[in-house]
Amino acid sequence: MTSNSTGRFLPALRDSDAWHKFKGSPLTIGAAIIALLMISSALLSPLIAPHDPFDPRAIDLMNSLIPPAWHEDGQSSFLLGTDDQGRDLLSAILYGTRTSIIVGFVSVGAAVLLGLVAGLLAGYLGGFIDGFIMRVVDIQMTFPSIMVALLIDGISRSLLPREQHDQLALVVIILALSLSIWPQVARTVRASTMVEKNREYVQAARVIGRPAGIIMVKHILPNVMGPVLVIATINFGVAILGEATLSFLGVGIPASEPSLGTLIRIGNNFLFSGERWIVLYPGLTLALLVLAINLLGDWLRDVLDPKLR
Amino acid sequence: MEASVRPLLKISGLRVEYPGRRGTFVAVENMDLEVGRGEIVGVVGESGAGKSTIGSAIMQLLEPPGRIAAGTIELEGQRLDQLDATEMRAIRGKRISMIFQDPLTSLNPLYTVGKQLIQTIRTHSSRSEAAARQEATALLNAVGIPDPEIRIDQYPHQFSGGMRQRVVIALVLCTNPDLIIADEPTTALDVSVQAQILDLIKKLAAERNIGVMLITHDMGVIAQTTNRVAVMYRGRVVETGKTHQIIHAPVHEYTKSLIGAVPRADVKLDRFPRISYIEAATPAAKVFDIETHWLGRTRPDAKVAQPASVGPLVSVDGLTMRFVVRHAILPQNRVLFDAVKDLSLDIQEGEVMGLVGESGSGKSTVARILSGLYRPSSGSMRFDGQDVLKMSRSADVNAIRRQVQMIFQDPYSSLNPRMRVDSIVAEPIQHHRLASSRDETYAIVDDLLEVVGLGKAAGRKFPHEFSGGQRQRISIARALATRPRFLICDEPTSALDVSIQAQILNLLKDLRSALKLTVLFISHDLPVVRQMCDRVAVMKKGELCELAATDDLFNRPRHPYTTELLRLMPRI
Repeated sequence: MTSNSTGRFLPALRDSDAWHKFKGSPLTIGAAIIALLMISSALLSPLIAPHDPFDPRAIDLMNSLIPPAWHEDGQSSFLLGTDDQGRDLLSAILYGTRTSIIVGFVSVGAAVLLGLVAGLLAGYLGGFIDGFIMRVVDIQMTFPSIMVALLIDGISRSLLPREQHDQLALVVIILALSLSIWPQVARTVRASTMVEKNREYVQAARVIGRPAGIIMVKHILPNVMGPVLVIATINFGVAILGEATLSFLGVGIPASEPSLGTLIRIGNNFLFSGERWIVLYPGLTLALLVLAINLLGDWLRDVLDPKLR
Repeated sequence: MEASVRPLLKISGLRVEYPGRRGTFVAVENMDLEVGRGEIVGVVGESGAGKSTIGSAIMQLLEPPGRIAAGTIELEGQRLDQLDATEMRAIRGKRISMIFQDPLTSLNPLYTVGKQLIQTIRTHSSRSEAAARQEATALLNAVGIPDPEIRIDQYPHQFSGGMRQRVVIALVLCTNPDLIIADEPTTALDVSVQAQILDLIKKLAAERNIGVMLITHDMGVIAQTTNRVAVMYRGRVVETGKTHQIIHAPVHEYTKSLIGAVPRADVKLDRFPRISYIEAATPAAKVFDIETHWLGRTRPDAKVAQPASVGPLVSVDGLTMRFVVRHAILPQNRVLFDAVKDLSLDIQEGEVMGLVGESGSGKSTVARILSGLYRPSSGSMRFDGQDVLKMSRSADVNAIRRQVQMIFQDPYSSLNPRMRVDSIVAEPIQHHRLASSRDETYAIVDDLLEVVGLGKAAGRKFPHEFSGGQRQRISIARALATRPRFLICDEPTSALDVSIQAQILNLLKDLRSALKLTVLFISHDLPVVRQMCDRVAVMKKGELCELAATDDLFNRPRHPYTTELLRLMPRI
């Protein structure tokens, strides 16, 4: 059964427009390779990182501010140099990218889930429910994500003791990011749902007697996933940037834990004192990762959006 | 004999190709056609025959990567296929014009009709604004638009579909073209409007000595309008000649089949003639015995003995469906529209009731009310003696849902593109728990697919792998999967080619008699209704005009609207 379906799936994939477009665009192939490389090395960071930036015993202040290996004063054991606390920058970047990617995945995932439910309900049921959900979306969209994050951070800071707050930093940041992304998903899903619900296959399901919930999940959901996938990919990049921004501002991940944003924040202090590698390499990593993801998002949009074909 | 008998348009040996990564698709091959001045030449064929491609090839409007691979196109001796883009632009619109199917999209909705006409006139000649306006008014008058002085300053949305197509024709005439290519000019229009537009095209061709190439799928349009006709099949012209000769004495097998498949309006046939030329590839539907077959099992026929179901199966009384066209806070400012007004109708068990009307007559709304998609604003609806609208228990409603099923018009949107065909057909069985296990469900699905003539291999595929006719078979299988008593067919074949239409109608006829279904058959096509129905109801603007037995209605129409519809019906 399984071998049969994969046996049919592979040639179908090789024949599809998606694969054809992918093959024909070196930019997309490059983006895919870079994204895959960065994501897999970030997720495997505990295994492949040369040092453990979380282990206080492995950190030696004597090693602080060592430049990258190819500089005169560089050491081969710290390939990209170290920061002011003596942490290996390469390891910190790997761990930091992992944090960024986890934040991106979870916040976009939560936003898509919320946006799908809200959009499907608003688009399919219409009337008062539609009006209510869309006004909530409108209100949500008037708050910049940074303000939402500051608000949540402020509330959690005043309610929780400091240690607990630091532990919950990741949750706060994910909450803030998904709150700022879900309205976009909800709007897109609502628009697509309103188109799909007037198609005759939905009416056929209603004539059979299917209740609204099943029609939404079984019939409409699979048909609105295309645009959602595109929005999710592009917002994955936005979320990673958002995490970096918030951490840079000191609202997000505490400075003791590496994330791309905190690294850039630390590096910012040394930007004009010569140790610019601390900000340069995390910054480059962030730019490259977001660029690769956005290019993949563009490809996905070209493949899935029939209007652009 | 004059020396200048050179035809206006001469196409010889034309071959149009679409190179693609799955090989080259030849859309038109070895095509010869001539159009003279003042002559209307029809190009007829079914979808995919390549007839529209010819129009695009003449105009150099082929979508890339399509290209002319061989042959010549000459306009009074000038080779069109060798012109470059700039030279062609001088000819396109000026000497050759096109009329498209949808008049709504061929006019710019942001400008008044007059502005579009005047602009076109002034682009092609050096006339003053006032002179151009005068000319535009004269043209609107010539295409039969009443009060052209007033209507010239109106926007396209203020015109009806037929009037809009007249404006498009006026727009085409602005430049005094020698040749007009009309690509399905009346397909989007009602019968009554279609007749007027065709008359107009005929009149203009004769008066202004314009050559017209009329591309259509409709043999009736060809018979009424054209002088000569070319019949196309899969990119080739299979037969060409004088229209009456082709219609009355076709030589080629395909032409014979095509003409045979057009439903006849004069006599009722038992079945549509089988089209051997096209049908060869489709497997025959499985023959089954209703006594033993799943479709015949546990039908509520036992109930027939009960006194409750002596009356009609479906009965509606005073049905009104009111839509709010424009919302307002104060009720008196609301704009309301009655799609169906005070409709009363009885449908007997086992009967095929036809419902006829032009677009906007409310016939689809009736279908949606009867199938439970809409709840009427007022009136009552009984099914098998039970008042459907007063039901409150969902189990009762579900029982009615199972017995009433619907086949939709558009085979391209009535199947969920993300579901496999077997899941589509299995859904009603699972919902109504008509089978005890998954295996039993899918055995029934396989069988149903065979019953509608698809074969069980179809189940593992997705809808997009099927043609329009095959998709409509899947729709029928899905509708049968609940073992319904009452089947609503809303224009089930209007999106299909005439040969496929004949197959689907035959299938519906067979199933109806085997399963003793009660059917509401909705159509705008009178000949089809004559072939399918026992009684016919005619609707106009939401109201019932006439209800009579089919033969009575066709032979002795009583309502003037019915008489008018019958008069305008295209005939071969």
